Amino acid sequence: MFYRESGDFKKTYQDDSQTFPIKFDRRRYYVVMAIAFLVLPMFMTDYFANAMMIPFLVWAIAALGLNILVGYCGQLSLGTGGFMAVGAYATYKLMTSFPGMDMFSVVLLSGFVTALVGMIFGLPSLRIKGFYLAVATLAAQFFLVWLLNKVPWFYNYSASGQITAPERSIFGIIITGPHASPITGYLFCLILAVGLAWVARNLTRGRLGRSWMAIRDMDIAAEIIGVNPLMAKLSAFAVSSFFVGVAGSLFFSVYLGAAEVTEAFSINVSFAVLFMVIIGGLGSIFGSFVGAAFMVLMPVLLKNILVGGFGWPTDLAAHLEFIIVGALIVIFLIVEPHGLAQMARVLKEKLRLWPFPH
Amino acid sequence: MSADFLYTVEVILNGLMAGVMYSLVALGFVLIFKASGIFNYAQGVMALFAAMTLVGIQTGQIPFAHLINAVFGTDVHHFGWQVPAFFAIILTVAVMVLFAIIVEKYILHHLVNQEPIILFMATIGLAYFMEGFGDIMWGSEIKTMDVGIPSGGSLWLEEYTVGWAAEGERYWGMYIDKLDMVATAVAIILVVSLTLFSQYTKTGRALRAVADDHQAALSVGISLRAIWVIVWSIAGFVALVAGIMWGAKSGVQFSLSLIALKALPVLMLGGFTSIPGAIIGGLIIGVGEKLFEFAVGPMIGGATENWFAYVLALMFLVFRPQGLFGEKIIERV
Repeated sequence: MFYRESGDFKKTYQDDSQTFPIKFDRRRYYVVMAIAFLVLPMFMTDYFANAMMIPFLVWAIAALGLNILVGYCGQLSLGTGGFMAVGAYATYKLMTSFPGMDMFSVVLLSGFVTALVGMIFGLPSLRIKGFYLAVATLAAQFFLVWLLNKVPWFYNYSASGQITAPERSIFGIIITGPHASPITGYLFCLILAVGLAWVARNLTRGRLGRSWMAIRDMDIAAEIIGVNPLMAKLSAFAVSSFFVGVAGSLFFSVYLGAAEVTEAFSINVSFAVLFMVIIGGLGSIFGSFVGAAFMVLMPVLLKNILVGGFGWPTDLAAHLEFIIVGALIVIFLIVEPHGLAQMARVLKEKLRLWPFPH
Repeated sequence: MSADFLYTVEVILNGLMAGVMYSLVALGFVLIFKASGIFNYAQGVMALFAAMTLVGIQTGQIPFAHLINAVFGTDVHHFGWQVPAFFAIILTVAVMVLFAIIVEKYILHHLVNQEPIILFMATIGLAYFMEGFGDIMWGSEIKTMDVGIPSGGSLWLEEYTVGWAAEGERYWGMYIDKLDMVATAVAIILVVSLTLFSQYTKTGRALRAVADDHQAALSVGISLRAIWVIVWSIAGFVALVAGIMWGAKSGVQFSLSLIALKALPVLMLGGFTSIPGAIIGGLIIGVGEKLFEFAVGPMIGGATENWFAYVLALMFLVFRPQGLFGEKIIERV
């Protein structure tokens, strides 16, 4: 029928190893891209962009980063919030120190700064493994947040300890600051998210990605067959932190506009991103996006139904949200421990054989 | 003795007491990790939930009052009676046992043989669930815990130690909270009784057998499910003790669930599988962070207690990856 490999002959190796081997998937991918880039911006309301799409894209980038570390390289990390904070503060310092710099450079440079910090905190991973490492990365979380809060240079000695994004633009289009339109913010995040997803996809199926996966599956065995654990683990930490740093940078400059480090980048952020990765599916690019969509959209939906629909008090709705999120996580883990991405994979297998499954 | 020296001693003593409080939480972690290999993130929320339940029962709160009011438009909040502390504690223990049974039946039972990270995530989900559930059941306002534990500084100790300082020094005696002393005594009793229980009773032996090897324990006829319920009940009881102590110290409130995070470096230092390790790790962390804050804190801006424990544990782990008393990690290809 329509979801088939048959008849779609691959003539080159390049064709054979492409990301979407089935024609239907390829077309669907182009349709999704067209909708995201062309159709959505035309019909998007400010609320939709601000409350849903921008946070979705930002969290998706963060989830991608964490997925590289946890899903591909098998190094459990709870320091995501701290690394996002580094990205955000690097952005702030760059924006205020070099007013002429365009936003792309600012965001990418913040990513590189975070990658450096991430590599430093990745060093213990050579000795410490598993849950011990997870707790060790908590040191990064708490230490970085404390440092950014205590050293006034990081927030330009402002009295409130807050950082506020000044107005910056690319090619004359305002991206950040109070006068930026949510649609341009959305497009900016979208370009970065798509670009980074492309990078992640190609990294993870190349030599580097394979060395990560070898380390994940069994690090001693990987070492014996010639994977350098120092290089593999540190590069995973660096790439992951780069993504997380970019996410933190966008989170502060495009989404929040102003941030206070202990509020915006607390330990809850680390857990939220980990949830996205687990619910979406460990070791899956698509999963990072689905997980982020799930964790961003569900609270908005619940709030609209409970507060808007039933007229319940907001604090009660907030408690109920905790219950539902918690219950859903447990249910997901019981029904499908490999996440939504695995569900999509099963669905694809079924579709390929449909309507004659035997 | 000079006043500076006495201050240092006071800081160390207070650190030891704080360490005991961390150990109380860490103990629950170790129990569950040993028996089921689950890294139970929900331990802190269990302490919060137990403390809330205790206060709720004691003051005769109507469960879910907030929800009932929102749905039916009524205005109920209290039954109007007071339950004595002792009965309230027994009822809370019953609630925690019920909780253990529910967790085993509806969560753990379905997750047997899953990878540790999946189980860990499930306990985080559980923690979220209980946080919301506890708030809906008993309300989210800060409550005061009053089960008759004395608190405040010990005047006797202050007067006794004031004479230690050299003549002419400005020194007013040591300040140590009575509550901390009680907590220390309770922790000692708890550890001794837990050790006795696991060494000399049949159930205790079964617990250790399961901790050693699930398969082997199953094959000699130990019911894994029953053991898990028992372990989670004990962990619930430990959580209640920790909840009472922390609740009496700083009020029953949301931040109570965050002490679980403070217990993590304690666990790392002591090793995930060792009960004495949890205690000694707690003491090291407690003393370490108080001394660091006292000696170095003022120079670098204070509030170092937020991260010092983690960095200390991190440094430590680099040299000894399995913690002080943890089982040696042997890796084979």
